[in-house]
Amino acid sequence: MSHDHDHTEPPSDIALRVKALESLLIEKGLVDPAALDEIIDNYEHRVGPRNGAHVVAKAWVDQDFKQRLLEDATGAVASLGYSGRQGEHLQVVENTPGLHNLVVCTLCSCYPWTVLGLPPAWYKSAPYRSRAVSEPRAVLEEFGTQLPQDVTIRVWDSTSEMRYLVLPIRPTGTEDWTEEQLQKLVTRNSMIGVELARVPGELESQPQGNN
Amino acid sequence: MQGGHDLGGKQGLGPIDPEPESEEPVFHSEWERRIFGITLAAGMLGQWNIDQSRFARERQHPADYLRNSYYENWYEGVCKLLLENGLISETELLNGTVSEPVVSELRVPSREDVEKILNSGGPTQMELESPPKFQPGDQVRVNRNYTNGHTRAPAYVQGCIGEIAMHHGGHVFPDANVKGQLQGEHLYAVRFSSKNLWGYGNDNSEVTIDLWEPYLAKA
Repeated sequence: MSHDHDHTEPPSDIALRVKALESLLIEKGLVDPAALDEIIDNYEHRVGPRNGAHVVAKAWVDQDFKQRLLEDATGAVASLGYSGRQGEHLQVVENTPGLHNLVVCTLCSCYPWTVLGLPPAWYKSAPYRSRAVSEPRAVLEEFGTQLPQDVTIRVWDSTSEMRYLVLPIRPTGTEDWTEEQLQKLVTRNSMIGVELARVPGELESQPQGNN
Repeated sequence: MQGGHDLGGKQGLGPIDPEPESEEPVFHSEWERRIFGITLAAGMLGQWNIDQSRFARERQHPADYLRNSYYENWYEGVCKLLLENGLISETELLNGTVSEPVVSELRVPSREDVEKILNSGGPTQMELESPPKFQPGDQVRVNRNYTNGHTRAPAYVQGCIGEIAMHHGGHVFPDANVKGQLQGEHLYAVRFSSKNLWGYGNDNSEVTIDLWEPYLAKA
């Protein structure tokens, strides 16, 4: 594949090229179309950040679970039924009043699929990958997240097969909330670390949409 | 290699401009959906590993890598892997039709196989006979490694001093895995102050990054 092929060789449009590749692989018997659909369906509809929200909300209400989660995240998360590809080696990192965690993959797009699903477009983009390590505070501000200057920001660059999930701080005013109620406060972005968990007042004013 | 993919600390790439979480679809077009599925399905043929797959996307002209959208780079990567492994030919890719029969006897996963494969994943942890060379708290320097090959030591930490924060145990070593050699090495989370990496330290931040033992020397 020379890099100028799309100027000289038809078909030029990426949608057509992907379609041609899919037809070719199916015709050659290298890909089973039913298997292909199954893969897409799994990541589009079954695996997503609600898994992670379940993990976080449980950790907020269950101290024993939280302890296990911090010591052996892979095992603790598997006990809730979430395991598999891009979640083989999980590490949960806990936010505290003095420490805020932020996850990035500067070299590609490593992300804990089993608990968060596929990463959003911005997570895979050059601006986020380049800047999260060098100017995390400015990056957080682009997400509307402002932290006091004395809070340490700890960035995790996912260069290995370890996958990092942020455990956000439980919002105040939720002391009598159930695990199910708390799940609604846990956004995908709060588990990447670019935002904080929602506060109770935000629930009425914002549509639910973390699927 | 320090190609277009090695982005940590690069400048001038603009604002992030994130799509609101509640509005972002998993895929933004039908072809993205298909190339994602094709890449995973082709990977399940077992002809290449994750590091070879990453290296296929990295081996592009940096201008192309950066100009392409994320899934365009996936398309480039999977085509390269299919061509280099002799599963398709240039002519077939150009025409989109079969001109040469499949010679190998590959096990092509079915719908039923897929769930099993996705659920079992591909653990990279390995038992090692040698004890870890470093302990949490040790100061280490990242070796300079100006290689043409695949490495997971980003340019921005090479030559810098950090502190061992965690030992993750033995894991498959990407620099060897990309050559098809299964080799385990101790893996550590290494912590760097932003001052050590970027020369300024007043924003109270640090970067923790996973690095394998061969990347490191005692500081």
